[in-house]
Amino acid sequence: MADLFEDYPVGAAGAAWDEMFGEPGTPRPDYETLHATLRPLSGADLRVRADVLARAFLDQGITFAFGGVERPFPLDIVPRIISAAQWRTVEAGVVQRVRALEAFLADVYGAGQVLADGIVPRRVVVTSQHFHREAAGVVPVNGVRIHVSGVDLIRDEEGAFRVLEDNVRIPSGVSYVMENRRAMAHVLPEVFAATRIQPVEEYPAMLLRALKAASPVDDPTVVVLTPGVHNSAYFEHALLAREMGVELVEGRDLVCVGNEVAMRTTAGEQRVDVIYRRVDDEFLDPVQFRADSALGCAGLLNAARAGRVTIANAVGNGVADDKLLYTYVPELIRYYLNEEPALPNVETYRLDDPDVREFVLARLDRLVLKPVDGSGGAGIVIGSQATAEQLANVGRRIELDPRGWIAQREVSLSTVPTLIGDRLAPRHVDLRPFAVNDGRRISVLPGGLTRVALPEGALVVNSSQGGGSKDTWVVSDGGPSPYAYPDAALEPVVAAATQPDPGPGAGAYAAQQQQQQQ
Amino acid sequence: MLSRIAESLYWIGRYVERAEDTARILDVHLHRMLADPWTDEEVACRSLLSVMGAATDRLDAVGVTGVVERLGLDTTDTGSVLGALAAARENARGSRETVSAEMWECLNTTWLGLADARDRIDRRGVHPFFQWVRERCCVLAGLADTTMSRDEGWLFLVLGRSIERVDMTARLLSTHTRAGGTIPSWLTLLRSCGAWETYLRTYRGSLSDRHAAEFLLLDRLFPRSVLAALITAETCLAELEPDPGRVGVGTEAQRVLGRARTELAYKSPEELLTSLPQVLAGLERTCSAVNEAVSARYFRQTAAVAWAEAVA
Repeated sequence: MADLFEDYPVGAAGAAWDEMFGEPGTPRPDYETLHATLRPLSGADLRVRADVLARAFLDQGITFAFGGVERPFPLDIVPRIISAAQWRTVEAGVVQRVRALEAFLADVYGAGQVLADGIVPRRVVVTSQHFHREAAGVVPVNGVRIHVSGVDLIRDEEGAFRVLEDNVRIPSGVSYVMENRRAMAHVLPEVFAATRIQPVEEYPAMLLRALKAASPVDDPTVVVLTPGVHNSAYFEHALLAREMGVELVEGRDLVCVGNEVAMRTTAGEQRVDVIYRRVDDEFLDPVQFRADSALGCAGLLNAARAGRVTIANAVGNGVADDKLLYTYVPELIRYYLNEEPALPNVETYRLDDPDVREFVLARLDRLVLKPVDGSGGAGIVIGSQATAEQLANVGRRIELDPRGWIAQREVSLSTVPTLIGDRLAPRHVDLRPFAVNDGRRISVLPGGLTRVALPEGALVVNSSQGGGSKDTWVVSDGGPSPYAYPDAALEPVVAAATQPDPGPGAGAYAAQQQQQQQ
Repeated sequence: MLSRIAESLYWIGRYVERAEDTARILDVHLHRMLADPWTDEEVACRSLLSVMGAATDRLDAVGVTGVVERLGLDTTDTGSVLGALAAARENARGSRETVSAEMWECLNTTWLGLADARDRIDRRGVHPFFQWVRERCCVLAGLADTTMSRDEGWLFLVLGRSIERVDMTARLLSTHTRAGGTIPSWLTLLRSCGAWETYLRTYRGSLSDRHAAEFLLLDRLFPRSVLAALITAETCLAELEPDPGRVGVGTEAQRVLGRARTELAYKSPEELLTSLPQVLAGLERTCSAVNEAVSARYFRQTAAVAWAEAVA
């Protein structure tokens, strides 16, 4: 029987950091249990399990619309493991970043102190696609603008976590974190039983708590606002609404009169206090933004400005996850928090400086070029994998619109064994941990979405670019159980319940099966 | 209707419900044990077995496999999923002239599918198997609903189903009272009943002991709550008595059920929480008492005559 890990390439010089193997054949300590459980399985065994997994996802409608077609979001059967110590670094780094960005947003939509102090040039902020003057004067009830964030992290060639980009508008993917875990426990129970994994299922409760905390009234009505069933992340919107026990509304279900937002129900209009919106800023309110939008509700933003409704995440957050602003975040952390960044950025070049631009244009084939307002991996050009024609093209576009692009060093993302065919092969991954801010505390869900680029050598992991995902296990290092499971030992022994009532037809099975044999 | 047929229908109702509920309980609890490696597997399994009324006095260690074996695959015991489904099919076989052909076919197909149950569990894990069981039970419920006329036979089937539901929900809740009442385990319970999302919508996402207990015991609109099942059973019994007479209620079964229902319905939620173990034990006793009363009233009204060997 062929070993699953046979021919698994590890440790080539200058290659990506492999998370399972430091050197061929010897797994890193965190992965020892997983390695030992997987090794006796044959590739075919694993393939069968993987097919069960894929089937389960399809049946439950856990899909991602890709080019208009609903497809299952491929879940790889080999989980990714993060040790407790590593996780503490990630957690601290994410929390720090969210705090700094919250302070930055409050500042740019308020006094603008950071601009006056010249930490961030005013032109960078005001030329951002997502800087909305309409959001000025909207003061969040509990000071929170980034209720939910997803900071994309990668591990570089040395295994250190770095921030690739921030997502503080409407980060998606948390539903896959929850569903991946559920599905994996059904399909690979033996691995689960051997590892102490921190649970992720309380995310909806966490989110609901934060949304309620952001409400202008006590005992608020919370809704999730979705663009509708054709949105690529509709599955997630429905899951979150279901698990929070709140209504999933579309723009046409809402009505806003006199700065009061209400939803149309069979019992008349019912007031809405908090809107967890999954609709982009531009489509949210036809009065303020695109007048042709049918996805939002006219008057929402004014209602928020009047403090009658909370929109989460806040409008205008996009200025904080603009990719050019990303280059300023380490300085923002020092400026607002007087701390050193816990997670470094990837080395990035600002192309609005003519000298830097010249330097970059001369070595396009060794860099990664990203449009500043692109999301979902759209428009990214990886120099080393691009044709000469593509490079020339992107060079021209940069010269036309230097503010619209950034250049980054090409980081070889870390790899994790991934089932390809019936063999395991290294594939590049990233990590998106989700943080929820309820105004008092920023909690990071222990886990997060690991996306994996399935084509060999590919570095873009976005689900909209045909990527898959992995279940992400944050291992707990002791402490009490975060679950509280029936622990009969604590209770006085209760007399065993009686047997279920017996009825006719008992014992029929054995006799019948025997007759079948004859 | 023949007593024998009535009894068969009553037991088809009970067995199918038992199979479905046991599959639900096992599925969710086993998943929970795996997802939470802090669990003491032995203790949790023993607690589950004892709540389901399976003997655990044997000395050997009990693990997940043992639980699946005992509550899932034991063919000699009608308390297991397999045993209950086989017994339901056996009852349908004896009453094929009243059970619709489609229902019989459904039960029989299910029964045939049980032959390789163990193999399937080995190959693909317990979850797909229990899911299949749940689906088959739902198919039967749907066929009964659409192909049976609402006569006595239907009433006995629904009566059996409702009584079993009370019993099973009470047992399920007992797993919680043994846990010492903590919130995440309510999640397990609500999921076992398929009530998780309905519950969240009803209470707008708030998770508390009081609400969860209220929902599973007292909700009038959720069909798996104890109160809803008691009310359904009572309605069936009332309809089975063509002449209610003038004095009180006519039958012992109605008296037992009515007492249990009022006892539950008129308790305040606080009282209910503090006396949960007693309430649940009481419900289990009620089910047995109703079972006896129904048998005595409808199935064994006339004592069977037994022929004895001639005494020389």
